[in-house]
Amino acid sequence: MSKEEKKVNRRDFLFTASYTVGAVGVGAVIWPMIDQMNPDKAQQALATTEVDISSIEPGKSITVLWRGKPVFLKRRTSAEIAEARAVKLDDLPDPQKDEDRVKEGKDEWLVMLGVCTHLGCVPLKDKGDFNGWFCPCHGSHYDVSGRIRKGPAPTNMEIPKFEFVDSNTIKIG
Amino acid sequence: MSEHEYVPKSKAAKWFNDRLPLLTLGAHLTDYPTPKNLNYWWTFGGILTFCLITQIVTGIVLAMHYVAHADLAFASVEHIMRDVNYGWLIRYIHSNGASMFFLAVYIHIFRSLFYGSYKSPREVIWIIGLMIYLLMMAAAFMGYVLPWGQMSFWGATVITNLFSAIPLVGDSITTWLWGAYSVDNPTLNRFFSLHYLIPFLILGLVVLHIWALHVPGNNNPVGIDIKKPSKDTVPFHPYITVKDAFALLVFMIIFAGFVFFTPNVLGHSDNYIPANPLVTPAHIVPEWYLLPFYAILRSVPDKLGGVILMFSAIFILFVLPWLDTSKVRSAVFRPIYRQFFWILVIDVLMLGYVGAMPAEGIYLVLARVGTIYYFLHFIVVMPVVGYLEKTDPIPMSISEPVLTGGSEPSLARKVNDKV
Repeated sequence: MSKEEKKVNRRDFLFTASYTVGAVGVGAVIWPMIDQMNPDKAQQALATTEVDISSIEPGKSITVLWRGKPVFLKRRTSAEIAEARAVKLDDLPDPQKDEDRVKEGKDEWLVMLGVCTHLGCVPLKDKGDFNGWFCPCHGSHYDVSGRIRKGPAPTNMEIPKFEFVDSNTIKIG
Repeated sequence: MSEHEYVPKSKAAKWFNDRLPLLTLGAHLTDYPTPKNLNYWWTFGGILTFCLITQIVTGIVLAMHYVAHADLAFASVEHIMRDVNYGWLIRYIHSNGASMFFLAVYIHIFRSLFYGSYKSPREVIWIIGLMIYLLMMAAAFMGYVLPWGQMSFWGATVITNLFSAIPLVGDSITTWLWGAYSVDNPTLNRFFSLHYLIPFLILGLVVLHIWALHVPGNNNPVGIDIKKPSKDTVPFHPYITVKDAFALLVFMIIFAGFVFFTPNVLGHSDNYIPANPLVTPAHIVPEWYLLPFYAILRSVPDKLGGVILMFSAIFILFVLPWLDTSKVRSAVFRPIYRQFFWILVIDVLMLGYVGAMPAEGIYLVLARVGTIYYFLHFIVVMPVVGYLEKTDPIPMSISEPVLTGGSEPSLARKVNDKV
């Protein structure tokens, strides 16, 4: 330190050191207070759900609860799959191919969160302008692939992480 | 405010007052010089204090019987309604009390807008008042969630999802608010905790609100400063307390009318269906007092844009004292602003109406027109009208229009003079 600079004395050092240690201490107390509001272990334990899909006929769908949210499992007919794949990506507000929303070789199974990406309502099936879902809250229309087509929702309905345990069982989460 | 230093009469009272001057405070509140021309629009401060105390007392009693658990909450509310002695009465007072509270606060806010009570030197009173209003909305929203009916659940879902519009961290914030991956038992628990806390925060802010009021003193219908306290003011007690008490009685008659004759008219019948996370009600609407903001939210076809505009509609009020450029406080002497004031009243009522209607067709058009006017009123009309308007002559003092017995003040001055 050059002698021209304002002399830093012992008291300045003590102030700075005290504030720093104090800030770390306050932060260490505040963080548990904030983090306690995040999902607890009991909530996290519900993270997977297994679903028997053997009784679902083509063209029909069921709704199951996963992490407190509805999940739509729809067994689509070949006509519906063809319809979903005929849509041009340019017509989609959130462009995504139908192929990317299903598991390869299991194209008939659409598994997605039944939660409108606008403000979280549950869309109604077989409604709306695009043969898919319609959200009654604020009027979002989804197509047969669960992609947003019209209305205030910003994105397509979300595809959760899932896998086929065997040909009759899907594990979500 | 009192001109003489207060000295208690008895020796014991003096002993206590020297150590904690509560009696001096009491004397100040009793003698507090109040403009003698206050009209009935000024009685809503007292009415709002009554509303807050009513909500706190009935709320504490309800909490003795309510169970904040997703599996038990709905049944415990029905238990209050059917089994608890006078439970139906206490709950109906509490639920209708929220509506009456908002009715009174909206009149109080529009009173302030008309008579320019938010203007210098009362900006801090106005801002504290808006903070109280924000906390009231938070308390009301969380309280509406507690019965855990369909409207509770889906109202909570929609409102908490507003935060998911925030870029990047939105989803983490909503999960944090929920304490789960959807609105669930942890959400209900924390909402109950906060719903119990907020009224006491409001009470603290009310003390600051009144404290800040007692520094410059009340505004009044002609909006001019007090010239001679002896001529222009009356002591708060008994003159204002009696007037407040009469207004409060009329208010309580209306309140009792709702509680005893139509206790559910302001609620939604779907909230008597237990919460079901798999089915959204066909037509979800918030409580009536939030409808104008809901209409603004839905008028924007973009998710983030709608959320930003809705919050802006509230936060713009915080800078209102600096958007209004007029030197004259009261709209009584502002012929142009007065008309815009009533347009704003009609605009907000219309937004409230379309907020309750489906967001399509003519309602969507009206919501958009209403939203545009709402913002124009504050951003354009208030600064420009305040600057261009030729105001009417204002009276010399509060006593003048009263003593000369006419609305035409004989000693009228030009506005350009120092107000």
